[in-house]
Amino acid sequence: MAIKTEPLVVNIGPQHPSTHGVFRMRVTLDGELITDAEMVIGYLHRSMEKLAEERTWTQNIPFTDRMDYLAAMTGNFAYCITVEKLAGIEVPERAEYLRVIFAELQRIASHAMANGTFVNDCGAWQTPLFYMFREREKILDLFEMTCGARLTLNYMRIGGVAFDIPDEFLPQLQLLVDELPDRFDEYDQLLVDNEILLMRSRDIGIISAEDAMNASLSGPMLRGSGVAWDVRKGDPYGVYDRFDFEIPVGHTGDCFDRFMVRMAEVRQSLSIIKQAMEQLPPGNHCAEVPLNFRPPEGEIYCRIESPKGELGYYLISDGSPFPFRFHVRSPSLINLSALKEMVVGQTVADAIVTLGSIDINVGEVDR
Amino acid sequence: MSLLANWYDFRDLGNPVARLIEALQDAGLSGGWIYAISGLLGAIGILSFVGVAAVINIWIERRLIGRIQVRRGPNRVGPFGLLQPVADAIKLIQKEALQPDNADGIMFTLAPIVIFIPAILAFSVLPWGEHMVLADLNVGVLFLLALSSTTTIIIFMAGYASNNKYAILGSMRVIAMLISYELPVVLALLGVVLFAGTMSLTGIVSFQETYWSWLIFFQPLAFLIFLLGSTAELNRTPADIAEAESEIVAGFHIEYSGMKFGLFYAVELVNTVAVSAIIASLFFGGWWTYGLEEFIPGWILFIGKIYSIYFIFIWFRGTLPRFRVDQLMAFAWKVLLPLALINAMMVALEIFIWTEYEISAGIVLPIFAVVNFALAGVLIVGFGRVMSRTMERFPKLPRLVKDIDVPLPEPSTA
Repeated sequence: MAIKTEPLVVNIGPQHPSTHGVFRMRVTLDGELITDAEMVIGYLHRSMEKLAEERTWTQNIPFTDRMDYLAAMTGNFAYCITVEKLAGIEVPERAEYLRVIFAELQRIASHAMANGTFVNDCGAWQTPLFYMFREREKILDLFEMTCGARLTLNYMRIGGVAFDIPDEFLPQLQLLVDELPDRFDEYDQLLVDNEILLMRSRDIGIISAEDAMNASLSGPMLRGSGVAWDVRKGDPYGVYDRFDFEIPVGHTGDCFDRFMVRMAEVRQSLSIIKQAMEQLPPGNHCAEVPLNFRPPEGEIYCRIESPKGELGYYLISDGSPFPFRFHVRSPSLINLSALKEMVVGQTVADAIVTLGSIDINVGEVDR
Repeated sequence: MSLLANWYDFRDLGNPVARLIEALQDAGLSGGWIYAISGLLGAIGILSFVGVAAVINIWIERRLIGRIQVRRGPNRVGPFGLLQPVADAIKLIQKEALQPDNADGIMFTLAPIVIFIPAILAFSVLPWGEHMVLADLNVGVLFLLALSSTTTIIIFMAGYASNNKYAILGSMRVIAMLISYELPVVLALLGVVLFAGTMSLTGIVSFQETYWSWLIFFQPLAFLIFLLGSTAELNRTPADIAEAESEIVAGFHIEYSGMKFGLFYAVELVNTVAVSAIIASLFFGGWWTYGLEEFIPGWILFIGKIYSIYFIFIWFRGTLPRFRVDQLMAFAWKVLLPLALINAMMVALEIFIWTEYEISAGIVLPIFAVVNFALAGVLIVGFGRVMSRTMERFPKLPRLVKDIDVPLPEPSTA
């Protein structure tokens, strides 16, 4: 008698500890091996792009906080820079530098979170996550000091930033900038030379440079695959052309490379922050923009390098106080699109690690 | 009095109990009565230790993990949060113990209860002090190994009865892991048993006492293999693949709620204590601590040793990521099993030399210690070299690029 076997279909998510929100993966298993996977998104859809069409240009800024809620600053930044370009608003020098400082702080916070949860997905019992939270907490303290909020910041405005930094901000930031490299060296000791972490993430979830480009991936996903592309260098926005930094690039495009690229980017961000602190000019922090302003008719796409990749806003104005079309090119969604290619043929455990290494944020995937 | 000289020593049941038994003897009770009373007292003692340990370990584990994770851990209920496990238990008892519609009701209910039996039974053969053992089995080590296999079957029972896909995945992992890890663990203990020349735990402790040395000094390799193998058997990080929280959510006990879940949670801690106690007896002299037991009761020293080893398990849990299933199997078959075989061979050779040439222990034992430590060092370093991934194709650190450099793909001709 032949043994009859049938494939096991398992729902991973939407409620699962490692799907980073309410992402759902419907996998077909042969033992532990994944033979087929279906990605289901949309559980966190809030219709933001449509809602934004009924609010004024300034009122839309809080929406950008709530898309990638782990990197609200860069969301603000991308939207404001797009509207400014559309309306041709000149941003004061000081505001540009403050934006750079906050965007890079947000990048460190987001990468800390990404790497912490990644190691958590590898099965470390939350210890690296808590260490990363500790660093992120200090950055959130700086945000709170400046704009009163910690997560959904709503700090940037069209034409600059909402508030100038308080007097005690720069000394605190200096302390943080001095302290973080040591801390991250410590995490390198704990994690990078860890044989189990290497076993779990090396040669897992490989995506080649060509595939990564064809899938339009961006951010650490693309750089992990060995493509040196960074919007901050390739298409500089704001004052990024004035800073000296390097792009960390991985070797094979596996999960470990993406992890290491994020670790290295934290150090590059710190170097940018240091340079921005030295160059920070005095002056006004926000240009005079009427609250109910109407940008000229036209359409525009503008992109920045958010922690998760290339975050772009495509806006159409019909000359009214509301945007006619508000579209977001969210890096999480597009990076996630490559997941199926990466997980089919791997085990469940590897699929979780691969998903963790993509660093999605379901708020940004579903919008 | 003749009964006393038999393989059951009535006074084995504990030094505080021994006084009582003497009193009973003076009162003129017959041997059978004393036997029954002492057995009962021993069982009560062990059960109360297990009960207290299960409760206190929740607190210890959570506080220590909290410490490792730069946070405080439970500190609200009672002094230092000591009553937190009690509060948890009260909460769990109030919860409804749900049962899935298609579950196998009897097995589903039975599993969390039955799983306690091997955990408690393991304590019965452990010597808590001089003449302080409930059942001095002459095959104690074999008994412990048999018990550790039983746990796995019960875990499979729980996972199978739940009729849940995650649970069945977890149970299948447990079975695979059992087959792999029984072998190195048994072979590691074989080294110990060969060296001590007895399978009785009392015998192994008295061997250590006789030759004035803990067995860890003669069997470092067996200790490491047993420690790593038992983390896998206990389902603890880095080998907690059966309940792998980030992959299969809670594995075999995903469908359990209320106090049924609480029992699984508690039994995991009791099992850890049991394994720590086995390690303490086999490798660290049990209650015997180089004469210190003259001043401090042996069972207190024994509990101290148990918790020192338990700390290592907590430390593992707070530090290491988890293996993948196949990696865990590969680790057992490719690393632990050969090491255990080499260790058993080495011990056999040493014992042969010792008995055949009748060299005095004072000369031969220090040599064995040095040889075994050297062997352990060489093997671990050698296996580490072979198995490690340091000889990688690519460096770990990403390369740093100054400028963007995007190689464009070839335009397709098709």
